[in-house]
Order: sequence, then structure tokens, then C-alpha cells
Amino acid sequence: MSIDRREFLKIAGASVIAGLGCLSAFEILLPGQFEASQVLRNPKALVGKRWGMVIDMKKLNEETMKKCVDICHRIHNVPDIKNLKEEIKWIWTETFEHAFPGQESEYMSEEIKEMPFLVLCNQCDNPPCVRVCPTKATFKREDGIVMMDMHRCIGCRFCMAACPFGARSFNWRDPRPFIKEENMEYPTRMKGVVEKCTFCYERLAVGLKPACVEVSNGALIFGDLADPESEIRRVLREHYTIRRKSELGTNPSLYYII
Amino acid sequence: MLELALKGSRKYWSWVIFLLAIIGAGFISYLYQFRVGLGITGMSRDVSWGLYIGQFTYLVGVAASAVTIVLPYYLHNYKKYGRISILGEFVAVSSVVMCMLFIFVDLGQPLRVLNVLLHPTPNSVMFFDMVVLSGYLFLNILCGWYVLGAERKGVPPAPWIKPFIIIAICWAPSIHIVTAFLYQGLPGRHYWLTAIMAAKFLSSAFASGPALLIVISLILRKFTRFDPGWEAIQTMAKTSAYFLIATVAFYLFEVFTSFYSSIPGHMYPIKYLFTGIEGHTRLVPIMWLSTVLVGVALPILIIPKARGNERALGFAAAATFIALWLEKGISLVVGGFVPNPFERVFEYWPTLPEVLIALGVWGIGFFILTILYKVAISVKEEVIFDKYGEKQVKA
Repeated sequence: MSIDRREFLKIAGASVIAGLGCLSAFEILLPGQFEASQVLRNPKALVGKRWGMVIDMKKLNEETMKKCVDICHRIHNVPDIKNLKEEIKWIWTETFEHAFPGQESEYMSEEIKEMPFLVLCNQCDNPPCVRVCPTKATFKREDGIVMMDMHRCIGCRFCMAACPFGARSFNWRDPRPFIKEENMEYPTRMKGVVEKCTFCYERLAVGLKPACVEVSNGALIFGDLADPESEIRRVLREHYTIRRKSELGTNPSLYYII
Repeated sequence: MLELALKGSRKYWSWVIFLLAIIGAGFISYLYQFRVGLGITGMSRDVSWGLYIGQFTYLVGVAASAVTIVLPYYLHNYKKYGRISILGEFVAVSSVVMCMLFIFVDLGQPLRVLNVLLHPTPNSVMFFDMVVLSGYLFLNILCGWYVLGAERKGVPPAPWIKPFIIIAICWAPSIHIVTAFLYQGLPGRHYWLTAIMAAKFLSSAFASGPALLIVISLILRKFTRFDPGWEAIQTMAKTSAYFLIATVAFYLFEVFTSFYSSIPGHMYPIKYLFTGIEGHTRLVPIMWLSTVLVGVALPILIIPKARGNERALGFAAAATFIALWLEKGISLVVGGFVPNPFERVFEYWPTLPEVLIALGVWGIGFFILTILYKVAISVKEEVIFDKYGEKQVKA
């Protein structure tokens, strides 16, 4: 069978279009089928339907908060960039009036107004960052954790515009020179991708609670919000708690006891 | 037809070389950004979009505004636009190319851009924006090039092109509506979270687009033998005037809603832009300059006598284009990020390399526009009479 150049180009072109079209169709009709396959879960892994956290401000002091921040940033290779413009942070402190804007009042005690609150990604049940991501680089896992795929992120920063909590940081330049002591157990990032707290998914996978919870002397309560018998649900039943900007409907999984 | 762009006067070539120099400077700056990262820009953790996304937003509007020429011509048979519909379509082509480049230079990992196609995500407005922009680019190249080719051959365009022209007309608003949806669907960004955003986008686009075409037409009248037609220019000025009025009205609606309701989050960004907050006043001159320019341009565009004066009209059109650029190309994006989600104020100002990269992209846009216009005008200069028997060439 002879084939001329014109014929060949026609067939090649049609095949490319058909191939790409089928792939896209699969992605839309059967989402997730082409994703990397799951590996067998570690038997010790913590399993939940919707991970959440209660932050008991009564039990937290500045020293403990600093410990929480330090351990998180150290084990996750979060670069220590002093320049506020390019700062990267997963967990940090904000005063009440900035963490809960609109909730402060002029007659509130100075103590609460100025009190530093531990803030981090709210792991929203209805996350706007996931909704806007054009590549599914940020996505919600089955256990409710809002995850980042740093290898897929194109760095468009739509998620940063969408997050009402300012929880996301962008690598404005190569972060590696700013990491004091690299933790070889956890990947570092490259320039041009967005990152944030991932509720220590890597620790949950081996049966450990998030690092900040571990060093918080019981001030941070981590557990499965979907399980009525869990400790976190008991705490939520027994205490009045508030969430950041709950009126926006993102349904944060972080609760604060003041 | 492209060979027509290879023959030109000294002035033409100087302009082309000037554009290439700007593109070169932009390209070198981009290599710097590519190596170091977006840290070389003025953007920050708090203002994470800046000049690039502003230009993208503004230019989507300019691209969409081709419909203000194409629609009256094809749907209402407004013959005065016969000569210039191609000018509108080619502005759309170069604007969409610039839009795509501005998105590209804004990416932290530009080499991964095809992930948008590899992992199509219909719930992301960004994905739809890519679809509508590519579609619009294709439609305008097809319609513009084909109709011009027919004109060159001296034959009426074949009927099969008509459906594409109609689709392009319906498609035009969609690109800008989708771009508005990028902003107006985000919770917690008070300045953007408003249903009038898409309407304001369209109205400011349909004011700034014709304004640009007026400026271009006046330049063409002066420097080439092709005359877009005084009446066509006047009609564009009226279009621009009506939509500029609508834009001002929409903005004032926004101001009313924010300040009469007195909801702090809604007032802050407007206060920041017009008066500054806590001594942070970087964008105040920009907003007031924009306001003053609109204030001057609007009466000229509205009053028939002023509008009829070529120099006054040229000034008003340029003022409109610049005023809306200041509003949409800079303050709109920054206003959404200031104050930040913690109600703290961090300001933004573009850096030199950032400005050079942006200029480089504009340079590429004007380069494409120049080539396309050179072809179009050469064709039109050759064809002495258009299909309605009107004289195309001045004397």
C-alpha cells in the first residue's frame, strides 16, 4: 500500500486529535481513572472521613504556639524567608482582630484583641481553592484534606486569590537556599508553585497525628469530624467554638475555643 | 497575502524595528524572570496578581469590543463599517494573542502550561477562559483573513463564512463575561464579589475598544492612503460615549452599595483606591488620574460639536483608553487584594523588569497588529472601489 505525504499527514493529524480528544473525554466522563494507582495502605495509618482540628486558645501560650510553628516549618522544609513580600508560611500567629476581622468590637478586652491566634489552612469542606484550580493540582482527598500536587501546579495563583483565609504561599524564587536544615524525609519545593499546610498527610499515613498537635500539650485536638464518637466531636459538643469567616460557606474544619 | 507586509515605506520599517527593540527588551527581562522566578516582580504573598493579570483582563475587553464594529455591519447592515470591520477583527486577534502571553508570563511554572489541557477541569473558570479565548482567536483569524482575501480578489465573500461571523459576534461577549467570572465568583474578595462586575467589564470594554479604534483610524487617515471614513469614526465615538456613561454609572452603583450599606469590607478597597488606608496611598494618583481623564473625555464624546472636532475627538478617545486602562489594567486587580484577608494593607507596585516584560508583550501585540493592518491596508489601497461603490482611497 502506498501512501503519499499528504495522506500521511492527514492520518497523523486525525490520530493526534482523536487521541487527545479521547483522553480529555475520559478525564471528564470517568474522572480519576488515569490518575496514579493507589498503593496498599499502611496498616497503622490513621483513617478518617473528615479530618478536623479544635484549637483551644485557653490552653495555648506563645511558647507552645512557637513550638507548633517551628516544628511544622522544620519538618516540611518551609523556607525561612524574612522578606515579607516573599514569605512562605504554613502555620503562624495572627491577632484576634486580624484572624477574625469583623468580629472585634471597640469594647473588647485588649487581652483578647491582641491575643495571638494560631492560623493555618482551614481544610475547608467546600474549598474555593479546589474549585478554581485549572489543573486539579489542589484537590480534596477522601478524608477531607485539601492537598497540593506540587508537580502539577502551574503557578497561576488562582487558588491564592480564591482562598479567603490567606493560607497559601507562593514560591516567588527558589526556596532551597532558605532552608536551614533540610529534612530528607519530606520533599522540598521548586520555584513557581503554591504550597500550604496539608494536615501532615505524610504523618497520618504512618499513624502519627499532625506535628503541631503533637507538640501542643493538648491544646490542639485533632480527629475525625465525621465520627460522632471521636474526641474532637466530644470537645465540640462541650464547648462553644468559632470558625474563621464561616459566613462565606467554605465550611472550615478548624474550630477555635476562646 | 502576508507578502504585502514585506513592502513598506521607511516610516513603516522604523516602526517595525522600534517594536522589535521593545520586544527584545521584554524578552531579555523575561529570561531573567524565567531563571529567578516571579520574585523579580512587585507581586507578593498578599497581592499575588498584578500588572500581568491586569493587562490580560483589560485586553480581553479590547478583544471583545471588535463586536461593536462587526455587529452593526453584519447584523444591521450598517455599511459605513464595511471598510473597518477588518480593523476591529485584527485588533481582536492581536489582543487575544497578548492575553494569552500575559497569562503565560504570569505563570510560576510556564513549562507546565499544557497541564491545563492534560487535566481539563471544567469547574475552573480559568479552563473556560482558555477555551473561549482560543475559540475567539480562531474565529477572528478565520473571518478577518477570509473576508480580506475575498476583497483582494474582488469577489463577495462566500456564504459559508456567514455562520462563523455570527458565531464570532455571539462569542465576543462570552470571553469577557468569563473573564469577569474569574473575579466575581471568589468569596472573601469584596471588591470583586459583585454581580455587576461582568456588566461593568463589558461596558468598559465597549468604551475602550472603540476608543482605541478611533485613535488607530485617525492615525491611518493621516499616514496612509486608506480612509476609514469620518462617519464611521463618529459612530464609534457615539458607541464609546454610551458605554463610557454606562461604565461610570456601574462604578457609582458599586460605590453607593458599598457606602450606603456601610459594610466595612465593601468600603475598604474603594477607600484604599481613592483616599488610601493608614497612609498607604500608592494607587490614589492612578484612580484620580483615571477619574479626571474620564471627566474630560466624557463631555467631548457626548457633545456633538466637540465630538466632530478631529483633534478633540482624538484626545478624548486616547483619554478614554488610558483612563479605563488605569482602572481595569491596574487598580481592579490590586483593589481585590488590598486589604488582604487579614485586613492588613500590603501595597503593590510593579518593578522595572515586570514593566519591561509587560511592554514586550504589548510590543508583540502591536507588531502583530502592524503586520495584519499593513496587509489589510495594502489590499484596501489596491481596491479602489469597495463593493458598495464608495471610494476607498482619498484622492
